Formats: sequence, structure tokens, C-alpha cells
Amino acid sequence: MNFLIIALIVLAVVTVAQILRVFELSGKINNQDINDVTDEDNDRQGKYLLAFSFVFVGSTIAMTIGWWDLLLPYASSVHGEKVDNLMAISMIMIGVVFLITQPVLFYFSYKYRGVNGRKATFYAHNTKLEFIWTVVPALALTVLISYGLYVWNGIMDPEDKDSIQVEVYAKQFDWTARYAGADNKLGRANVRMVGGINSLGVISTSAKDARIADIDADIAMMKQQIAESSNAIKNAKREKTIAGLVKSRKTVIALELQTTPADLKNAEDDIVVKELHLPVGKQVQLNFRSQDIIHSAYMPHFRVQMNCVPGAHTQFIFIPTQTTAEMKEQENNPDFEFILLCNKICGAAHYNMQMKVVVETEEEYNKWISEQQTLTASLN
Amino acid sequence: MSAEHGHHEENFVTKYIFSMDHKMIAKQFLVTAIIMAFIGMAMSLFFRLQIAWPEEGFPILETFLGDWAPDGQMDPNIYLALVTIHGTIMVFFVLTAGLSGTFSNLLIPLQIGARDMASGFLNMVSYWLFFISSVIMLISLFVETGPASAGWTIYPPLSALPQAIPGSGLGMTLWLVSMTIFVISSSIGSLNYIVTILNLRTKGMAMSRLPLTMWAFFVTAVIGVLSFPVLVAAVLLLIFDRSMATSFYLSDILIGGEVLNFQGGSPVLYEHLFWFLGHPEVYIVLLPALGLTSEIISTNSRKPIFGYKAMIGSILGIAFLSFIVWAHHMFVSGMSPFLGGVFTFTTLLIAIPSAVKAFNYITTLWKGNLQFTPAMMFSIGLVSTFITGGLTGLILGDSALDINVHDTYFVVGHFHIVMGLSAVFGMFAGVYHWFPKMYGRMMNKKLGYLHFWLTILGAYGTFFPMHYLGLAGLPRRYYSNTAFPMFDNLTDINEIVTICAIVGGLAQFIFLFNYFYSIFKGPKATQNPWKSNTLEWTTPVEHIHGNWPGAIPEVYRWPYDYSKPGADDDYIPQNVPLKDGEEAH
Repeated sequence: MNFLIIALIVLAVVTVAQILRVFELSGKINNQDINDVTDEDNDRQGKYLLAFSFVFVGSTIAMTIGWWDLLLPYASSVHGEKVDNLMAISMIMIGVVFLITQPVLFYFSYKYRGVNGRKATFYAHNTKLEFIWTVVPALALTVLISYGLYVWNGIMDPEDKDSIQVEVYAKQFDWTARYAGADNKLGRANVRMVGGINSLGVISTSAKDARIADIDADIAMMKQQIAESSNAIKNAKREKTIAGLVKSRKTVIALELQTTPADLKNAEDDIVVKELHLPVGKQVQLNFRSQDIIHSAYMPHFRVQMNCVPGAHTQFIFIPTQTTAEMKEQENNPDFEFILLCNKICGAAHYNMQMKVVVETEEEYNKWISEQQTLTASLN
Repeated sequence: MSAEHGHHEENFVTKYIFSMDHKMIAKQFLVTAIIMAFIGMAMSLFFRLQIAWPEEGFPILETFLGDWAPDGQMDPNIYLALVTIHGTIMVFFVLTAGLSGTFSNLLIPLQIGARDMASGFLNMVSYWLFFISSVIMLISLFVETGPASAGWTIYPPLSALPQAIPGSGLGMTLWLVSMTIFVISSSIGSLNYIVTILNLRTKGMAMSRLPLTMWAFFVTAVIGVLSFPVLVAAVLLLIFDRSMATSFYLSDILIGGEVLNFQGGSPVLYEHLFWFLGHPEVYIVLLPALGLTSEIISTNSRKPIFGYKAMIGSILGIAFLSFIVWAHHMFVSGMSPFLGGVFTFTTLLIAIPSAVKAFNYITTLWKGNLQFTPAMMFSIGLVSTFITGGLTGLILGDSALDINVHDTYFVVGHFHIVMGLSAVFGMFAGVYHWFPKMYGRMMNKKLGYLHFWLTILGAYGTFFPMHYLGLAGLPRRYYSNTAFPMFDNLTDINEIVTICAIVGGLAQFIFLFNYFYSIFKGPKATQNPWKSNTLEWTTPVEHIHGNWPGAIPEVYRWPYDYSKPGADDDYIPQNVPLKDGEEAH
């Protein structure tokens, strides 16, 4: 079968080559070079270029109309509407330039298609003209840049500094959220505290105690295995593991000691959940962390995106304007959900790293959060 | 290089393999780049099949990928590997080395009137280092854990930790070694180009009489010399982090149940270093293409290029600005929002010199006598893609808008059109136009037209709809879009994209056939088939070492005296002295 395909391809190539030879030889007989561009070629290709411009512009318009409903999901945040306005103005601007320059390019190609013997106009420069098309784009860009920076600064530095504090924590290949609890202050965290239920490495006294208890249990188990086994190689490995555990134990104690009592207290009422709930109309500050590699928290409906960088803290502040229930109704889709997805290449399951986001009324939100157990409670 | 640098005995090895002749080295670069381009293109078609029909199995995938695509269904890690190597090959091996390597080598000595490059030996070394790095990159495809898979930007920690993705094992090591060698090759080449253009111009060839091609290649080489070493720095630090337990980019990492012993580094540092090369790289790819088309459009419009000085000015402006815009790739990296504002400002400024270039091309066509050679067709295509892609750059360069389209298909559409297509079209235009100079034969015109039309339709059909996908929020580098109900109704667009990509991809075989057929069987070329003014067309059709049999011609005029009033022909080569009373430009 494969052999047959290869044979067919070879045959096709040889055939085309032979046909070309025939053309070339017949051209030689008529004493003309078949590769010279003739008036006929210029005419034909010029017309094709003009036709292409219609196809190109036409299909751009057709795609834009046909796919209009798919574009830019409804903006469900306060700044999202401003971003969409900026987007609309930018798109109109580039759309106008596109619809002028592309047809002109192809129309000139068609209009001035070569004719043997005609002489082109010697026209090397025109300072005035060049000045105009330097200054006009410059002015248009001044508008775009000013407006863009205005919107950008509004998003990055909101006037109101009061936000609900939520941590969004990324790892291969899922998301976790941490709420700050009644004090609205997130406790400190460190990857070296991660263990058992404390999947985010929150530093608190109870978290330390639980972690130490785990480590001690592991050490005890290793010691027992060493006592029961006579395999010297395996035992040497176990000794090494114990040394590692002892070091971790020290680190955990040190981390707790280095944390101020206030910070330890802040961590006490933190709540760790696998779903992101947000009250509508309230300003929320998402604080991003990653435990392994760079991820990016992308929430297309809210026009929110920020990278989660291991070893660093990043954040994004916004106000949701629509509840999930309202969106279900508006989109006429009972299955509608807001989502947070990973938008920075992060490995095999990158394409499925997501978290459900629920926007609800303040009452619903308060009810939901009061039903969640604090980390301290789950540790005890 | 002196005039007595005449003929010496050459055997097969010194003539075709370890050649120090710039014309032969140019052809070596081109053929290597064509091979790499077909490999890179095949990869893109493979992953387009996967993303358009994620549930289907394709036997062709199993044929080429074997165990990585059991029953023709691709493994997610291999999808990412293909995306990564496709990007690496296309950006560096095809559009950097292939484009600059081929045409800088071929045209610099010929157009400035030099016997050869300033250092023929370094030129040869440059090619062979490029060859070695290509081979290493291809070898990495056969590593058991797969080639590098962290995206062509290889952001750490993903690229630093084999625990995170299997491609970050040996595959990534080979990638890093290959790229280091590549940068050495590219730097040697660029230095050679700069020195040659500055020192070896023939009598009368003032900088103000250089063809725009030369200006573009010169500035490209300068950008390359200034920015590529920064990539080496970034890569070296990454090698240290991977192999010597340093923490330049890594900190607080817990992976595979183990806390790694890295503290204090930041991946954002890598992003800065990478994009300090990465953004100028866009212009390293684009400027040569613009340079080639400037020449081709002027010649085939039978008109001087409009605004010669403005064109040089905009090349210099773009080059300068290209160094102060890199962080527009990092608006959502977590860097200071103040920097986001600064980089939005500098980024959008690039639109001004770019607009000047586009308008000048269009005005060059105006009232011309256009000769639609295949090269001219591709050049017009380039102007079109340059405008289209440039315009969407205004969206991405605006930090507030970038938040929502960052890393979506909008970006993929944008850079493939503005940098990928423009550069590829420029490269095709260059090959069709200078083929007679390379091989002394002509390429077939009809196949050229067919190639052009299928390519532009396939290419626009592939990349234009991607903008709509991006606006709908579809992230790039997803192995499958089935995990999110909100992307379900984008399936049709994805299928259209893949079908167009296949059409455009198959069309390249027409070019491949035309190229190799014409090398051996194409009709013999005349000395100046396009009636062009530049010096390369004063050399004999059959290549000789040293380029001109006698003295190097002297230059008396700028290269764009097409259809000059008062002249008999519609072109006056640069080596024709001014007539009495004739005004120089």
C-alpha cells in the first residue's frame, strides 16, 4: 500500500516535469521564453488581484457578521465594559484603515498592471505626502495610547482600596481558592508547609502542629522498618529519608517561629475550597500563587487574566456585575457557568486545568461561606 | 578582497561542501532552510489535525509519530512538543537563518560590489554551525522522552523541570545546546555582514546609494548582534539552573510531592531576558523580507521606490524601537503595572514607521507599469499581510486590551500573519526573483502563479479566522478544546482553519517541485532578466569566484533610476555614469 502511494507520487512528479518540458520546448520553437511576463499575464494576474481584494474584504465582513455572536463573551465585570469600549473603538479604527488600505493596494495593482511599452511615472518622493502619513497615524495613536493608558491605570490601580481578599492557588493541573475569613486578611503561606489537608501551605500554629505530627509519624514508621529489615541498602535509603524528614521538621518549626503572631492569627480563620464563589457587585482582590510552574488564571467573562508565578505574588482586582443565575437567563443556557482556566502552557493536562466560578448575591455568598469549614477546624 | 583573488583549483568538497564562496553558502543556507521548513510545516499540519478533530484517529499520525500517537491519536505531551519545535524551527531555523543566511550571503557582496564576504572562512563556519545546530535540533525529535515541549519561549520552571513535563529532560538539553550553537552561528554571520557592508563597498557606493535591501540586511545584522547574545545569557542561566543547582529562575517549588532546593530566583527575569531578544527577533525576521520586497516592488513597478530616505528612516526607527518594547509580551506576567503603561506607549509608536513603510509601498505601485512576476505577486502579498497583521498589533500592544486576548488564538493569528506570512512571502519573492542569480536558470512562471494563489488563500484562510477564535477566548496550546462547553461552538472555525492549512501546506510542494526542477531543467537565464538596476545583474550568469571577471564596476547613481525622464530605457543600472546635465537623485 505504502509502496503504491510512493510510486503514484513519483509518477505524478515525473508527469508534471514532462509536461513542463513540452511547454518549454514549444516555447523555444516559437522563439519565446515561456517565463517572460507578457501583457496577457499582467492583465490576468491584475484582474485576479482585484478579484482577490473583493473575496478578501467580502469574507472578512462575512466572517465578522456570521461569527458575531461567538466573539467576546458578555462582559460581566465593571472594568470589562470599559475594556470592551476600548476594544470597540480600536477595532473600528483598525477596521477603517484595513478597509481602505487593502482595497487600495489591490486596486492599484490592477489599475497599473503592466502594458508593454508604457512608461511608469518617475515619482520618487513627496515630502508633504510623507509628512501627512507620518502625522495622521501619530495623532490617531495618541488618542489610542491615551485612552488605553487611562483604562489600564483604572484597572490596575482602582480608587477603592477595599476588596474581599481571596487567594487563587495553581498547581499542575488544578486550582484551589482560599478565603480570608471574617478578618479579611489572608495568613502567610509557604510551599514547605504543604502537607496533608493543608494543601496550600498556610502557616498557622495548628497547621504546624499537624505537620509535625505527620512528620513524626513518618519518622517513627521509617525507624520501625529499619529495625525490622536487614537489607542494608534499603536501610541506608531509609536513613536518608529520615534525615530529610528531620530537616523538614526543622523548617516547619522555623517557619512558624518566623511568622508574627498577628499573621498566625490571620491564618486561623482561612477557608480552603475547590470552587470560587464571588458576591456580585463587590470588589474582590484575587491573589495568585503557584507551587510548581507558571500558570495563568484566565477568566474570559470578567476580562481578567494574570500569571501565577512560583516564588512570587501577583494579583488582580475587579468587580463582578452579573450573577451566574442572571447569566443563565440572559444567555438562555441553563448550563452556563463562569470559568477560570489555565492560559499558560503547563503540561499534559493544561487543556483541562479549570475551576468553576460562581457569582451570586451577597446573601447567597454569605450563606455559602458560613457553611465552609475553616482550615483550623479541618486540621483539628 | 583583492582583484588577484582569482581562480584556484577546486574539488567537489571545497566547491560544494566546505565552500567559502558566498554564493554557494547562500544556496546551502537556502536548501537547509527549505528542508527545515517542510519539517516545521508537517508538524503544524499534524497538530492542526489533532486540534480540529480531537476525537478522531488519523493513521498518518501513527505513521510519523509511532508510539506517540497510538491509533492515530496524539499524546498531549507530543502535541505540546510539536507546537514547541514547530515554533523553534520556523522562527529561528527558517526565518532567521534561512532568510538572512540565504539572502544576506547572496546579495551583500553582489549588490555592494565586493568580491566576497569580508571573511569567507567565518562565513563557512557560520553555515556549518547552523547545520550542526539544525542536526542537533532534529536529533532531539528522536529522544525517548520527546523533544522540548515548553513552548518555543521555553519559560522556566516548566523548561527546567523534567518532573513537570517529560520534554524538559534530554530533549530540552539538546534544544539548549542547539540554540546556543545557533546563536554563535548567527552572531558570526551578522558580524560578517556588518563588516562587509561597512568596508567593502565599491567605489561610488555611498551609504546613501545602497539598495534598500542592503539597508535592511545591515540593520538586521546590527539588531542580531545586539540582541542574540542576550538569548545566550538567558539560556546559559537556564542551563545552570537545570544542571548546577543554581536558582536564577526558580524559587519555592513543590513538585512530585517534593520541595525542590531552589530559593530566590524569578521566572520573570527569564521572561525579560528572553523577550529582550524575542521582540527584536520579530524584526530580524521581518526587515530582510521588507528589504527584498522593496527591491522587487520597485523593479517590477518600473518606478523608483517611493520615499527612499523615509524608508531608511523607518527601518532605523523600527530597529531602535524594537529594543524598547519587549515587555509588551509580559503585560500579565505580574510585572509592575507602571511598566505596562510605558511599554504600551513605546509599542504603539512602532505603528508610525510601519505605517510609513506600508504607504510608501502602495505609492510605489501608483502609476507604475507593474510586471506581475511571481516575485512581484508575493511582494504584493507581503504588503497585504504586513498591513493586516500590523493592525491587529494595535490591539495586542494595548495593555488593557491584551489582558483578555493574551495567549489566545488572537495572538497566534496576529504573529503568524505579520511575522510568519510576511517573512515567508518575502522569502518566496526573493527566491523567485534571485533564482536566476543563484542557479543561472529561470523558475517556471505558471507554477509560480499557482503557488502564490494557493498560498495566499490557504494562509489567510488559516490565520485570519484565528482572530475570531481568540476574541471568543480560546487559549492557544490547548491539546483539545473539548473540556470547556463554552468552546463547543468554535469547532467549525477550527475545522476551516485546518482545511485551509492543509491546502496551503500542499501548495508548498508545487514550490518544492518548481525549485528542484528548475535547478536542473529550467530554461537558461539571461544576464539581467528583470531589467534591474542593481549591481548583482552585472555579473556573469555562470558563477565565478570573485563575482566579476574584470574590475569591480564603479557606481554613479542610486539604484532606483527606473523610468527616468529623458532616458531611452526604463532602467539605468547603477554602474552607468550620469549623462551630461543629468541630475543625480
